[in-house]
Amino acid sequence: MTEWPILTVTIFLPILGASIIFFIKEEETSLSNIKWAALLTSIGTFIFSCLIWLQFDNSIAEYQLSEKHQWFTDFNFNYHIGVDGISLFMILLSTFLTPFCILASWISINKRIKEYMMAFLFLETVLLGMFSSIDILLFYIFFESVLIPMFLIIGVWGGERRIYATFKFFLYTLLGSVLMLVAIIFIYQLTNSMSISELQGNFFSKNIQIYLWLAFFASFAVKIPMWPFHTWLPDAHVEAPTAGSVILAGVLLKMGGYGFIRFSLGMLPEASEFFLPLIMIMSIIAIIYTSLVALAQTDIKKLIAYSSVAHMGMVTIGIFLVNQQGIEGAIILMISHGVVSAALFLSVGVIYDRMHTLDISFYGGLVNNMPLYSVSFMIFVLASVGLPGTSGFVGEFLIIMGAFKYSSLLALFSATGIILSAVYMLYLYKRIIFGQMSNVKLKDILDIDFREKIILYPLIIMIILIGIFPNIFLDPMRLPIELIINNYEFANAK
Amino acid sequence: MSLRMQNNLLAIFMMPEITLVLLTTIILLIGLFQKKNSFSNVTNLSVIALFFVFFLIYLNREFSFASYNYFFKSSLLIQFFKSIVVLGSIASIIISKSYFEELKLSRFEIPVLISFSTLGMLILISSNDLISMYLGIELQSLTLYVVAAIKRDSIQSAESGVKYFVLGALSSGILLYGCSLIYGFTGTTNFEEIRLSLISINHLSLGIIFGLVFVLVGLAFKVSAVPFHMWTPDVYEGAPTSITAFFAIVPKVSAVAIIYRFCLEPFGNFYSEWSQIIIFLSISSMFLGAIAAIAQQSIKRLLAYSSIGHVGYILIGLASANAAGIKGVIIYMLIYVVMNIAIFSIILSLKNNNSYIEKISELSGLSKSKPIISLSIAIIMLSLAGIPPFAGFFGKFYIFIAAVEADLIFLAVLGVISSVISAYYYLRIIKVLYFDEVDDCNYQSIITSQSLVLLICAILFLSFFVFYPSVFVTIGTTISLDFFQ
Repeated sequence: MTEWPILTVTIFLPILGASIIFFIKEEETSLSNIKWAALLTSIGTFIFSCLIWLQFDNSIAEYQLSEKHQWFTDFNFNYHIGVDGISLFMILLSTFLTPFCILASWISINKRIKEYMMAFLFLETVLLGMFSSIDILLFYIFFESVLIPMFLIIGVWGGERRIYATFKFFLYTLLGSVLMLVAIIFIYQLTNSMSISELQGNFFSKNIQIYLWLAFFASFAVKIPMWPFHTWLPDAHVEAPTAGSVILAGVLLKMGGYGFIRFSLGMLPEASEFFLPLIMIMSIIAIIYTSLVALAQTDIKKLIAYSSVAHMGMVTIGIFLVNQQGIEGAIILMISHGVVSAALFLSVGVIYDRMHTLDISFYGGLVNNMPLYSVSFMIFVLASVGLPGTSGFVGEFLIIMGAFKYSSLLALFSATGIILSAVYMLYLYKRIIFGQMSNVKLKDILDIDFREKIILYPLIIMIILIGIFPNIFLDPMRLPIELIINNYEFANAK
Repeated sequence: MSLRMQNNLLAIFMMPEITLVLLTTIILLIGLFQKKNSFSNVTNLSVIALFFVFFLIYLNREFSFASYNYFFKSSLLIQFFKSIVVLGSIASIIISKSYFEELKLSRFEIPVLISFSTLGMLILISSNDLISMYLGIELQSLTLYVVAAIKRDSIQSAESGVKYFVLGALSSGILLYGCSLIYGFTGTTNFEEIRLSLISINHLSLGIIFGLVFVLVGLAFKVSAVPFHMWTPDVYEGAPTSITAFFAIVPKVSAVAIIYRFCLEPFGNFYSEWSQIIIFLSISSMFLGAIAAIAQQSIKRLLAYSSIGHVGYILIGLASANAAGIKGVIIYMLIYVVMNIAIFSIILSLKNNNSYIEKISELSGLSKSKPIISLSIAIIMLSLAGIPPFAGFFGKFYIFIAAVEADLIFLAVLGVISSVISAYYYLRIIKVLYFDEVDDCNYQSIITSQSLVLLICAILFLSFFVFYPSVFVTIGTTISLDFFQ
């Protein structure tokens, strides 16, 4: 236990940075000040989150570094935050990616820079708050607040069809999450508690669990997104600015997986068991169907968006296997996908900034002019496919291993997903990077500059680090996952 | 309690209303005999008078009993709604002052009429008898008919006044007929005596049910619940914007207070008789408010439909009929009034190319030239849509808690779904502000310092409610416990 509230400081540091930016007048001369203020704030937040990791004790299954203050006087809602092995890496992932988002927007965002940076920092605070909430109402408030900055980021700085995309994103996810609000109120009526840690267990009869589970499922299945609720994702990705896609794929999708682990498995084990076949079937369809859809795409970002849906299908399989390998694999895959898809979108942003198109057929033969870019893009593609030694491998391997325990047919299907991902990713790579440079507009394209190197190289290091030393990441989450699994098996009398 | 003391209390009890009558009459005379600056002076004096009245209400907040031959009643709930009404009137006078002056509508009668209307609402809220209820409604409405048509040379304003008058008179007639039926079948007009005369029976006789329904129809017209909402968009649009602000902020509060009290006090034991009506009104208001607003081009019409939608949520609290419902409506009303004050203070001060903004599309590109104002509008819109972390979310949250507590989960589910639909048109305004790019705009914002202070306070309230909810929640808890003790 520390004397000073490091978690609160970390959560609200970006807001502090945003309010400083609020008071900087937006002029030609002050633009770089604004950018630097945003960058330094996000780096500071990352350093603070690393401090949290240093103080984290792997041998405790419960929440650590928790802070609790009374918030409402009439109800048992508290400002109650803390981290455990599951949320720790979600927090680190958010703080790790935000500086890259700001760096990636350094030049490509050229209007309303002040508002843009403020929106990003606000988004970071909200994400951190959401992952560290122990109070469900607090979680919900952060969960929905995410929509506001994301709505603006896509809507103001997005592509041509940005308004359609951002409205679809907002209303789709809002519709999912409002049902959760009713479920939360209902839980409070039944138990008089709003604490996630107190509610871990099996407190509701199976009938009630099923309704609650469906309400939570509505919000998380849209968020993660599962087939057939994924249609907002390709639109949002294509229209969002690069950094918007990065944070969307990198962190926002993980909110769904995180919610499944915390709420569906942790609080509603019997209903999770009941709906398990449904989840598995939906996930398998997601993996195979969206992989095939990805293969047919002509837009790079859309292809990566569909690949995200397929990867998230793997994640939901892993989560609902409810064994140690499955959940560990799911979380590692979420972290890995967070880094890899962020890296892919950032790489796409590099060529988009130069050519302002995302059409695959426009490109070809980039390897001739951009060797460094081609190498780093190759690493990201392979990590996305799940090549051993990269981060993608660890997660997928663990999930397939867990799937074998459940049924070998399931393992077969999930392995198919990996093969398909290799097909569409390598096919994409071939079309963009290799071949003759037939398009004359590409003749003068330049390789990545210093700023882009700073963005891409740490991501490569991160991908390989996770791939080679997965235990750094697996150790902290082992005990909390064990807790959830024990509770689940106890509830279902296994 | 000795008789003498009671008399003292009686005198104190109606002090705010008596004071308001006296002060407003004096102010009317001052305005009549003053040649120069009469509007400005009368406005300032009215604000001071209303502040004084608010102060009296605040002093009397603890007394709870009935007086004047049981015509009037006082309780914490009543005093709360009264203070909201008075504060809302003060705010709407302040924010509309410069608008009236710009429009050459600076007639000193307006603040006086608003004060009298406020008086009618105070009487309405504290009425404990069908007759005093009717008197309050009529005093309130008559002045509202006049102010709606105050812009005499504008056809729209006159139309809205006439429309409001005809429909309002019809609804008053229905209400009065309902009152007479209730009197005929219970033999009394007093709320408390009606309750006592019905205490021994299990089912209401058909006549009383008819009376109950008629009265509810009349009141539903006053709160503009669907299907008795038709006047709202037209009156909102036709009346001068400053009057629309008053319409949006204040009369709703008094009507909501009386519909709550009418259902829960005399007919509190007959939940099953009126709950279906209220649930229907609530669902239809939420959905019509949400769907009809989507196609609106005029800001005022949009806000009219939005207010209809909000009435739907407010009625969920009534349908719940529990302490949580009372608490929910108190918090919701407070936040609703603040949101309306904020949005109208902006609309009343914002000009594009020297004319006040009426259409949503005229706001396009505002975020470029007036970033702070458009940020404020965005916050208000998100708050109206009930997106956390803004205050509007907590209003809805408390209402839904009440519904779930009363086993009306389907109502809560329908409520959240309609809130998603309504989020669309609130977001559309943010879209116009931030996403649309227009170059030929010339925005000016002429805001008086008083209304600027109001606006800043309102925005801070909406943004930071999430950090300090307890202050307001405690008020709600105290009042709801007092009401159901």
